[in-house]
Amino acid sequence: MTSGQPLLQSSDPSASSQPCPSCGFGSLGCLCSNDSFSSSIINDPQGNLFGLDCLEKGDKDLSVGDTRFHSSVGESFGSVETTQQFHSVETPRIERLSLECPTHENKRLVSWGAMELPHSNSSNTPSASFEISRGSSVVHAKVGSRALSSLHDNKSQRKSRHKSSQFDDNVLCEEDARFIYINDPRRTNDKYEFTGNEIRTSKYTLITFLPKNLFIQFHRVAYLYFLAIAALNQLPPLAVFGRTVSLFPLLFVLCVTAIKDGYEDWRRHRSDRNENNREALVLQSGHFQHKRWKKIRAGEVVKICADETIPCDMVLLGTSDPSGIAYIQTMNLDGESNLKTRYARQETSSALSEGCTISGLIRCERPNRNIYEFTANMEFNRHKFSLSQSNIVLRGCQLKNTDWIIGVVVYAGQETKAMLNSAASPSKRSKLESYMNRETLWLSIFLFIMCLVVALGMGLWLARYKDQLDTLPYYRKTYFTHGKDYGKRYKYYGIPMEIFFSFLSSIIVFQIMIPISLYITMELVRLGQSYFMIGDRHMYDYSSGSRFQCRSLNINEDLGQVRYIFSDKTGTLTENKMEFQRASVYGKNYGGSLVAADQLQKENLSAAAAHRRWKLKSSIAVDPKLMRLLHKDSVGDERIAVHEFFLTLAACNTVIPIRTCDRSSSCAESQCHEDVETIEYQGESPDEQALVAAASAYGYTLFERTSGHIVIDVNGEKLRFDVLGLHEFDSLRKRMSVVIRFPNDDVKVLVKGADTSMFSILAKDNERDHHVRHATQCHLTEYSSQGLRTLVVAARDLSEAELELWQCRFDDASTSLTDRATKLRQTAALIECDLNVLGATGIEDKLQDGVPEAIESLRQAGIKVWVLTGDKQETAISIGLSCKLLTMDMEQIIINGNSENECRKLLADAKAKHGVKTSDGGNRNLKCNKNAEIDYLEISEGKKEGIVKVPLALIIDGNSLVYILEKDLESELFDLATSCKVVLCCRVAPLQKAAIVDLIKSRTDDMTLAIGDGANDVSMIQMADVGVGICGQEGRQAVMASDFAMGQFRFLNRLLLVHGHWNYQRIGYLVLYNFYRNAVFVLMLFWYILCTAFSTTSALTDWSSVFYSVIYTSVPTIVVGTLDKDLSHRTLLQYPKLYGAGYRQEAYNMHLFWITMADTLWQSLVLFSIPLFIYKESTIDIWSMGSLWTIAVVILVNIHLAMDVQRWVFITHVAVWGSVIITFACMVVLDSIPVFPNYGTIYHLAKSPTYWLTILLIIVIALLPRFLFKVVHQIFWPSDIQIAREAEILRRGPDHLRPRLDGRSS
Amino acid sequence: MSNNTASSSAGANGSADSAAPRRNSKRPKYSRFTQQELPACKPILTPRWVISAFMLVSIIFVPIGIASLFASRDVVEIVDRSETACIPAQNRSDKVGYIQSSADKTCNRTLRVTKRMKQPIYVYYQLDNFYQNHQRCVKSRSDEQLRSRSGENETSSCEPEDVINGTAIVPCGLIAWSLFNDTYSFSHNNQQLQVNKKGISWKSDRDHKFGKDVFPKNFQNGSLKGGAILNTSIPLSDQEDLIVWMRTAALPTFRKLYGKIEQDLLPNDEILVTLENNYNTYSFNGKKKLVLSTTSWLGGKNDFLGIAYLIVGGLCFFLAMCFTVVYLVKPRRLGDPSYLSWNRTPGGR
Repeated sequence: MTSGQPLLQSSDPSASSQPCPSCGFGSLGCLCSNDSFSSSIINDPQGNLFGLDCLEKGDKDLSVGDTRFHSSVGESFGSVETTQQFHSVETPRIERLSLECPTHENKRLVSWGAMELPHSNSSNTPSASFEISRGSSVVHAKVGSRALSSLHDNKSQRKSRHKSSQFDDNVLCEEDARFIYINDPRRTNDKYEFTGNEIRTSKYTLITFLPKNLFIQFHRVAYLYFLAIAALNQLPPLAVFGRTVSLFPLLFVLCVTAIKDGYEDWRRHRSDRNENNREALVLQSGHFQHKRWKKIRAGEVVKICADETIPCDMVLLGTSDPSGIAYIQTMNLDGESNLKTRYARQETSSALSEGCTISGLIRCERPNRNIYEFTANMEFNRHKFSLSQSNIVLRGCQLKNTDWIIGVVVYAGQETKAMLNSAASPSKRSKLESYMNRETLWLSIFLFIMCLVVALGMGLWLARYKDQLDTLPYYRKTYFTHGKDYGKRYKYYGIPMEIFFSFLSSIIVFQIMIPISLYITMELVRLGQSYFMIGDRHMYDYSSGSRFQCRSLNINEDLGQVRYIFSDKTGTLTENKMEFQRASVYGKNYGGSLVAADQLQKENLSAAAAHRRWKLKSSIAVDPKLMRLLHKDSVGDERIAVHEFFLTLAACNTVIPIRTCDRSSSCAESQCHEDVETIEYQGESPDEQALVAAASAYGYTLFERTSGHIVIDVNGEKLRFDVLGLHEFDSLRKRMSVVIRFPNDDVKVLVKGADTSMFSILAKDNERDHHVRHATQCHLTEYSSQGLRTLVVAARDLSEAELELWQCRFDDASTSLTDRATKLRQTAALIECDLNVLGATGIEDKLQDGVPEAIESLRQAGIKVWVLTGDKQETAISIGLSCKLLTMDMEQIIINGNSENECRKLLADAKAKHGVKTSDGGNRNLKCNKNAEIDYLEISEGKKEGIVKVPLALIIDGNSLVYILEKDLESELFDLATSCKVVLCCRVAPLQKAAIVDLIKSRTDDMTLAIGDGANDVSMIQMADVGVGICGQEGRQAVMASDFAMGQFRFLNRLLLVHGHWNYQRIGYLVLYNFYRNAVFVLMLFWYILCTAFSTTSALTDWSSVFYSVIYTSVPTIVVGTLDKDLSHRTLLQYPKLYGAGYRQEAYNMHLFWITMADTLWQSLVLFSIPLFIYKESTIDIWSMGSLWTIAVVILVNIHLAMDVQRWVFITHVAVWGSVIITFACMVVLDSIPVFPNYGTIYHLAKSPTYWLTILLIIVIALLPRFLFKVVHQIFWPSDIQIAREAEILRRGPDHLRPRLDGRSS
Repeated sequence: MSNNTASSSAGANGSADSAAPRRNSKRPKYSRFTQQELPACKPILTPRWVISAFMLVSIIFVPIGIASLFASRDVVEIVDRSETACIPAQNRSDKVGYIQSSADKTCNRTLRVTKRMKQPIYVYYQLDNFYQNHQRCVKSRSDEQLRSRSGENETSSCEPEDVINGTAIVPCGLIAWSLFNDTYSFSHNNQQLQVNKKGISWKSDRDHKFGKDVFPKNFQNGSLKGGAILNTSIPLSDQEDLIVWMRTAALPTFRKLYGKIEQDLLPNDEILVTLENNYNTYSFNGKKKLVLSTTSWLGGKNDFLGIAYLIVGGLCFFLAMCFTVVYLVKPRRLGDPSYLSWNRTPGGR
């Protein structure tokens, strides 16, 4: 367990100042605790377990170590003697070493590690795996750390027996520690090279721009290809094109990209400059003075005032609040808009308020990107205490609700967590693009063959005329003119070399056979598509005001091919906006009929409302019966229970009310108050927010909350309650409690929690209570069967003695430095007992709008929707039913195995029962296709066989998945799951979500899409081919990791069925067309070269060859690729099955590729041979011929495109016909320059009718087969898309006017 | 036109948007463009469209075909192949030797006019298997040098025929060096037929491409003679044979204009051609032909264009008929949802 490894790694003695072995172990422990959450269990179970063990041990023995710690704090940390208790086998040795420890000098540190290493064989494995875990943690850094912890809990519990050593408080090891001397930046920055607070997000400076940008650009294979071709062309024997001309395409592309990069970088520079020049108050020589952000250094003390942005990562020293609380908004960091609380340590905060000079030492971990963890300790006024996540405020956050805070800078500039987190998520590649690469390979083979033909032809021709080479009037192999070169060979290197050079030069001529420009075109087209997706008003979410976002530009077309959707439940299918629906108070059920609170008040309770000088931001429906009960003046048990019930709802939480003055809106209402305040509740849990809002609706408004007291407005009367203590919610207790002193000096403990944890701690004596309890329990089952989230509310009075005991323990526990959580838990247990049940609440997690409809049409589209949720099975099923995922006619297969064998049996049974065939890995692809077809013809097949196939639904829980996914049962699950219509996985951990996605992804070729909104969906989103994030209540981690982000689940429908379909059709056609466009041109050149004694002459001028793919034909492809659409969104949404064209790969496949290539061959032959026949034995010159071919090929490819355009808008016309006109214009310009040999050609040609007739003939003959094929196909074998298109266009009748109306109304 | 309405409606909506609550400011602005609802023409291949397209093509193509066929038939062309005939029988075993010798290479040929030939009658020479379009040949020229005197030394692109003894050759390059040098003279009934050699080149070439101040220099001074010798006192712009020759042929079989006979020829006229057979095509088995041809609005004699147009026109007519029959016999109701694959599958109905 012990490890000398970390010590050994620091071969630089200056980097480490503590020759203390125990620190090494400590650090190992704490670092693991940091990383274990984010590293994957699958990758390295060992590393994780190790880390967790350490953490566990560390936790348990904290108190022991701590006492001694205080006694032995020395002058410097270098000589701190930390006490260690080793219970491992190696104990004697280690102890001996640790005894030696203080005597060693800093310099001897290295030898220290070396000494230990030979002994510590046993430690090699764990430390090695630890290294792996750290490595992987970088990759998984974004993986939701919170959600993973539950999984780790299990593991650590199992393994915790194997303890071998115990650790002190999380003392940081010297290697990984950073020392921050508070208010002593000089000393802080003296030793280490900390970065300043200047940030640089820009990539280049003026000097480095060119080399660096070029270097980055040439990482692309396409550019290297360009470069290689250009370089080839510079070789003297190969100069096919003019040397400058050949550089043109490369330069063009480089320039465009460089300008784009430069502009982006300039903008980054500008924003960096703005950021760096902001000012903050920094303590300088005793006073807070303004200082620019970029000048702030680690160790400085900074003061931030309300609503200011925090310039760097700081440890809080003190705040304006006497208890040291500060509220921050972390919107810029994780997107969560609610306020979070941060605490200054009591020690520092009191010292600060006393006005002492601040000095101390913070030891913290090295900068890392985990924004949910911070490990450090602080030495302050001879006290040493630990710092955690709750003591640090991070750069980019905003201070809210707090007048000022003072903190010390620990990480600055690039080392802040915000900056470390700003890296983009790994990019994905579209599937179509990988297919495209396969076809590109074919094209390279064609290219190779063509070059080979030319080279061999050249060889044969040279061999035949070997003897005449010097007398041929058009060929010369030696210099005959008198001069210095007389008799030398002229560019002739012997037949073999000539063949070789001819091969190379034909590569140059035929280079665009490999459609490099396609990659650039595709990027532009995808940019345009993203623009349209972002701009789609139907995908704008009103409630959150969020637009659709395209975060990845590479996979637009994948949206059209999705076959599996993996969806999260909470926040994705549901709104994650909790709504208080039902209440059971004192055994009575309320909430059956709800009336809007405002209405009720207007009716009969206006007296209470009149006193109100505030209103809630959201209105809530209330139950009039309950309302009336509250306003009855009777005094009785029930009345008291109701009172306490709502007090608990209002008080027992961590919600912060935020009041804002909002004059304008209130004056518009009937009653015009002078200063009406709007209260908005901010809290970390939406459930609590809902409860507080509900309490407010019933007249118990939480008005103010500080750490010491709360003010609750009870029907217009403001009551102040002192909060004596608060036990926050934790996953073990599953409840929270608050101890408050009433204005009349009563002290009560108010508790709310999950039903399972609450009923065991209720008072048992009273019979009346028994009745209430029973009724409440009944109501709870009723609520949960309706899919509501339930909480039980209870309270009790505290006696003076109890209070005293508790207070003592509580103070002790909450100031405890070690093991605070456990102590607090124990303290809580002291008072959380013998409770009187007050009632229960039912909160609804509402389904999002249009979810059932969206799921239904996705299903019709042939997409399988799987729901993966962390919720309970019952909740999952009820939600599944309510969103029409599950239907009553489905047969549910439920797999809840607790062991491997059980799971195996369950799977096998289910398979046998429902006749699922087993597939072996060999014919995987075959099976996929079959699957697709089965699915496609689902209805028909069932009827044909005469068996009515019952649709199956698979429900499986996380526990079983542990056994199934880790063992060889994966394939069984796959077989079963793919034959089910619906799969519901409940209680799954984030990594299991990813594993399920991987299960499908690795076993089929089908496209997967994952959609989720929370941090727990991040791994799944990154694993799936397409990741979609919902900008919801749970923050933005999912959005950050996603490829696309949107506000509502139902937009998925439109995203896939409409935009996905369009994008896929567009890109598919674009790729095929680009292949065709370049190949037809190259083939035309090829045929001509066969007529020029294989000498790679091009009839086209150099400029025309270069312009062909850059200017003459590029714009229409981009325009059509962005704007063309086969069907209107209405039709696509009406017939979801049309989506099938995407995953059946109808727009782009091998078959189409070969048809296109055959067509290309025909067209190129026509292009070449028609002029050949017409101008056979004529005076035609090479430039006229070239001119004819240029015009002909440009018109041909444009008309080819025009024939396939499905929707002609103005821009399409401009692009297509404009290209032809521009080509003519370019020809005229090129032929008007007298230095070019082709001078005057076009003027001469245009006068000749033959020229025009030839072009017409070429176009018609070349396109005839294609047109015929198209017509015949459409008449006899119309595709679904074709039929829908006909229906859409020909039957528009009533629909005709709708688009305009839609546009106006929406 | 339709675009205008779109933009105006967008404007109207834009103002409506700004009046809306601030929260919606992020909402994409409505425009027909961003919503991909621009007014559009959506062509669809209805049977009527298909049939009329084919008919249209045939209606256009057939007359053009007939017209160009007639035009081609009107052209009278006399071709005389001379490369073997012009070598004395005893020398035919060593044609290359003969042509390289200094013997008198005058040769007489008799042409017989088959049909009345209206003036102007164009005189071409035709070479076969001559790769003037070979890359070495095409590149080996200097247009700067041809254009003006100042560019005289721009010979770098002319290798290997660029300089002689250090001074530039004008005109340089392989292509100029291989200038055709057979000469023809025609007589008809013992009367000299005047061959007009003016205006046989492109006007643009004469005026701008070949300089008036550029005179031949060092031309054909090398050890190996390629072809004609140019009169050094005539500027290049007036050396029309050179200008024609420099207009590189596109194909290995090509004609070049030699001159024009501005006199009608009647049927059965016998024309005596006296030619100086100087040009060596024998080393690469190239054929030499003399062509006398009238011209039509389409140019020279070429039936291909007319025939191709007729065939395509006919084919399109045939296809139009076929599709009409198909449409009448087995019509498919367009846009009928019952044809959708999921509605069409057996048993589905």
